[in-house]
Amino acid sequence: MNSLIIRRKLAEHIISRLKFPQRTLCTDAAPKVSSSHSVQSSNDHVGQQSFRNEVHPYDIAIVGGGMVGMALACSLARMPLTKHLKVAIIDSNPALSKGLGIKKEDPPDPRVSTVTPATISLFKDIGAWKYVEQHRHAYFDQMQVWDYTGLGYTKYNARDVHKDTLGCVVENKVLHNSLLSCIQDTDFQKTIYPSRLSSMTLQPRNLSMGVDSTSSGLNERGNLAKLDLSDGNSLYAKLVVGSDGSKSRVRELAGFKTTGWNYSQNAIICTVEHSVENRCAWQRFLPAGPIALLPIGDNFSNIVWTMNPKEATDRKSLAEDDFVKDVNYALDYGFGPHPKSSTLGSGGIFSWFKTDVNLSPDECFRVPPKVVKLASERMVFPLSLMHANDYASKHVVLIGDAAHTVHPLAGQGVNLGFGDAFALSRIISEGIAVGTDIAEVLLLKKYEAERKSANVTMMAILDGFQKAYSVDFGPLNILRAAAFNGAQYIPPLKRSIISYASGDQRFPIFS
Amino acid sequence: MALALKLLKQLRGPSTTTSTILYRNLRPRFSNLRSTIRLFSDPPLSEPLTIPPHQKPHSPSPSSLNQYELAKFAAIAETWWDSEGPFKPLHQLNPTRLAFIRSTLCRHFGRDPLSPRPFEGLKFVDVGCGGGIVSEPLARLGATVMGVDAVEKNIKIARLHADLDPLTSSIEYRCTTAEKLVEEQKNFDAVFALEVIEHVADPAEFCKSLAALTVPGGATVISTINRSMRAYATAIVAAEYLLHWLPKGTHQWSSFLTPEELALILERASISVQEMAGFVYNPLTGRWSLSDDVNVNFIAYATKIKTANL
Ligand SMILES: Cc1cc2nc3c(=O)[nH]c(=O)nc-3n(C[C@H](O)[C@H](O)[C@H](O)COP(=O)(O)OP(=O)(O)OC[C@H]3O[C@@H](n4cnc5c(N)ncnc54)[C@H](O)[C@@H]3O)c2cc1C
Ligand SMILES: C[S@@+](CC[C@H](N)C(=O)[O-])C[C@H]1O[C@@H](n2cnc3c(N)ncnc32)[C@H](O)[C@@H]1O
Repeated sequence: MNSLIIRRKLAEHIISRLKFPQRTLCTDAAPKVSSSHSVQSSNDHVGQQSFRNEVHPYDIAIVGGGMVGMALACSLARMPLTKHLKVAIIDSNPALSKGLGIKKEDPPDPRVSTVTPATISLFKDIGAWKYVEQHRHAYFDQMQVWDYTGLGYTKYNARDVHKDTLGCVVENKVLHNSLLSCIQDTDFQKTIYPSRLSSMTLQPRNLSMGVDSTSSGLNERGNLAKLDLSDGNSLYAKLVVGSDGSKSRVRELAGFKTTGWNYSQNAIICTVEHSVENRCAWQRFLPAGPIALLPIGDNFSNIVWTMNPKEATDRKSLAEDDFVKDVNYALDYGFGPHPKSSTLGSGGIFSWFKTDVNLSPDECFRVPPKVVKLASERMVFPLSLMHANDYASKHVVLIGDAAHTVHPLAGQGVNLGFGDAFALSRIISEGIAVGTDIAEVLLLKKYEAERKSANVTMMAILDGFQKAYSVDFGPLNILRAAAFNGAQYIPPLKRSIISYASGDQRFPIFS
Repeated sequence: MALALKLLKQLRGPSTTTSTILYRNLRPRFSNLRSTIRLFSDPPLSEPLTIPPHQKPHSPSPSSLNQYELAKFAAIAETWWDSEGPFKPLHQLNPTRLAFIRSTLCRHFGRDPLSPRPFEGLKFVDVGCGGGIVSEPLARLGATVMGVDAVEKNIKIARLHADLDPLTSSIEYRCTTAEKLVEEQKNFDAVFALEVIEHVADPAEFCKSLAALTVPGGATVISTINRSMRAYATAIVAAEYLLHWLPKGTHQWSSFLTPEELALILERASISVQEMAGFVYNPLTGRWSLSDDVNVNFIAYATKIKTANL
């Protein structure tokens, strides 16, 4: 008896093993890839009979099959503990059932996203990045940010953070299509409802209680949510995911409150062409808002130009040549001088920052490549900032723009949404591992806690940037320039800014 | 001594992951056992600990029921599934204890840890199931589950709640005790008694019943709270933690088992503890995690010796 020995071992590691097993999972599935991009496959159903669905409800109903909703579906389809789930995807976008014909010769669509290295690695994990690489995409390893006052500029290099790239610019339709193709590789049980959500009932049906139920907690927990669609169909699901964009119907129906405001600013987006290839992301702060020039492959770039609504309407209808002139002006001498390239010496007012720093040519201020031609229509979008006060309640959870929209300034919008989608699928998987009901509020609140802090931090930074640059006031300009110069010459600070913007750091040191 | 050697062999033998296993010799702790018990005025453990089970005269089936404890549970039965109610600590603890169960039992039964339903085809019993907080996840993990509790109201609530989800509606709930199931000669691949042993009248007898319900080669999983100063302090300090589900006062306190005592009484019921882990609570996040600190709450996974030749 004396030498009784107890063997102990911690079980916690098991949870971490339950994520994506290996990248080999993708190669396993590779032989199944069909050459067609059509979504119709044997395991694909288009929902019709609501009767059948009531008897066999869905585990998850994804309302909104945009980039973020499809990223969730794809990630669920790829994880060993979630791939058996019965999932309904509700979206009237015909691309979901017919696929998108993407022709390589077409000029790039103006709707693009700057995906961060963190997003790229998540896409690689689920096996979707290889489809992105089959289409047009542009990695960039340099970014130059400056402003119209000529007082400061800063350059970010991937090398500074020991990375190959700062990000990749991809058309939204390519991202969307890659996720669709990736799901086709699996035998995931999904049903696409080509319709829109019109109403939702969260109260349980005929829940007769044998005991007094007033305080039991039982009445808060219905087992299923009922979704009614605009085409008259309805379906039942344990968990409803709202990935239906910034005007989310799910958010409204579930009664989640939001906080936010409009910037009273619009963005013009379009594709432009150069005579040479652009390899750098450029952003210049102008009096009315920033203009960004992002490489998108071949000799094309994408423009996101923020201005007041009146200017936006005017510039949208401006003759093409005049618009191109405006763009070149805005990216060069318009509104103010070039900042002094610090290698030219002459000690600007911030020369004390550059002690001991030798600037390589990469570090010098440069003027972006000239735009020679407009290559797409011009689209105008209002800008707003919105954040849902809650992301999760029993049965309902929000991801992507449905939970938060940010200023498109740093290209973070969809990256935050992808972060949500992958976090949610991981938390669902962890819940399944321990037999939790996937609609359990404690589980969903775990997702909320994890993502809220990430999203709010980024939103605050972008909003701060936005506010700082929408004021033209002498002392502020100098402070701004100081911030630029600071970022340029204090490597640790700069490094943490980049690594935060590239999605691999939780909190920036300047929070 | 022979038993201890056999144990040692068993513990080391079948394991495939020996390199990661921590062994800890409990001998130094055992020398303190008696004095520890004497610190408390009422030592309900001294009898079962000193009388080996096979020497005990055959008496009428002892009841593990402690009426005072049961009345407490009956009073708050309605709130079992209110995740913000009195059972909040159990809801919070649940993923963590199930992570331990999943990991140990997948290994025990040779199941695929990446399967969503690894316990398919196995018969489990959850003794003292309360509202079914543990029975339900076990059923979702594929097991055929029977949940039993001595309080009728608990069973009612458990039934209603399990019927809300087709994955759990197959659970068989019964208002009965472990002893009764033994009389009915039931047995199960795995027997669970989570946060129950501290509420029963006679832990040693209770463990014997659990053992009798476990098939030879099967698994028994028990979790409880340690009788340590740290546990006492935690319980006093973290009011929420103690709110309703832990007994108040030193009388009940003294009936808590230390990991060593639990291992010992299980040993006498032909069940040998294979692994133990502690649960550590972080009051800031409201999360529990597994650790090797068994000072406050702990869980043990044990196996029933295949041929009981004591
Ligand atoms: C001008 C502009 C520029 C941007 N630039 C960038 C950038 O550079 N980088 C970046 O990362 N992000 C950028 N964003 C943000 C990015 O586009 C969004 O974050 C992203 O599209 C959000 O994806 P989502 O899937 O959450 O929502 P959405 O893309 O809006 O998808 C919502 C989906 O839900 C469907 N839907 C809506 N209502 C219903 C309903 N009732 N029932 C069923 N389905 C419904 C819609 O059909 C749609 O398919 C930009 C945004 C704007 C406006
Ligand atoms: C703290 S609760 C634990 C509930 C459940 N096992 C869990 O962990 O979620 C203890 C339960 O054990 C029950 N109980 C106490 N003594 C019992 C006995 N002798 N036989 C069966 N059930 C008992 C109580 O009614 C109560 O529901």
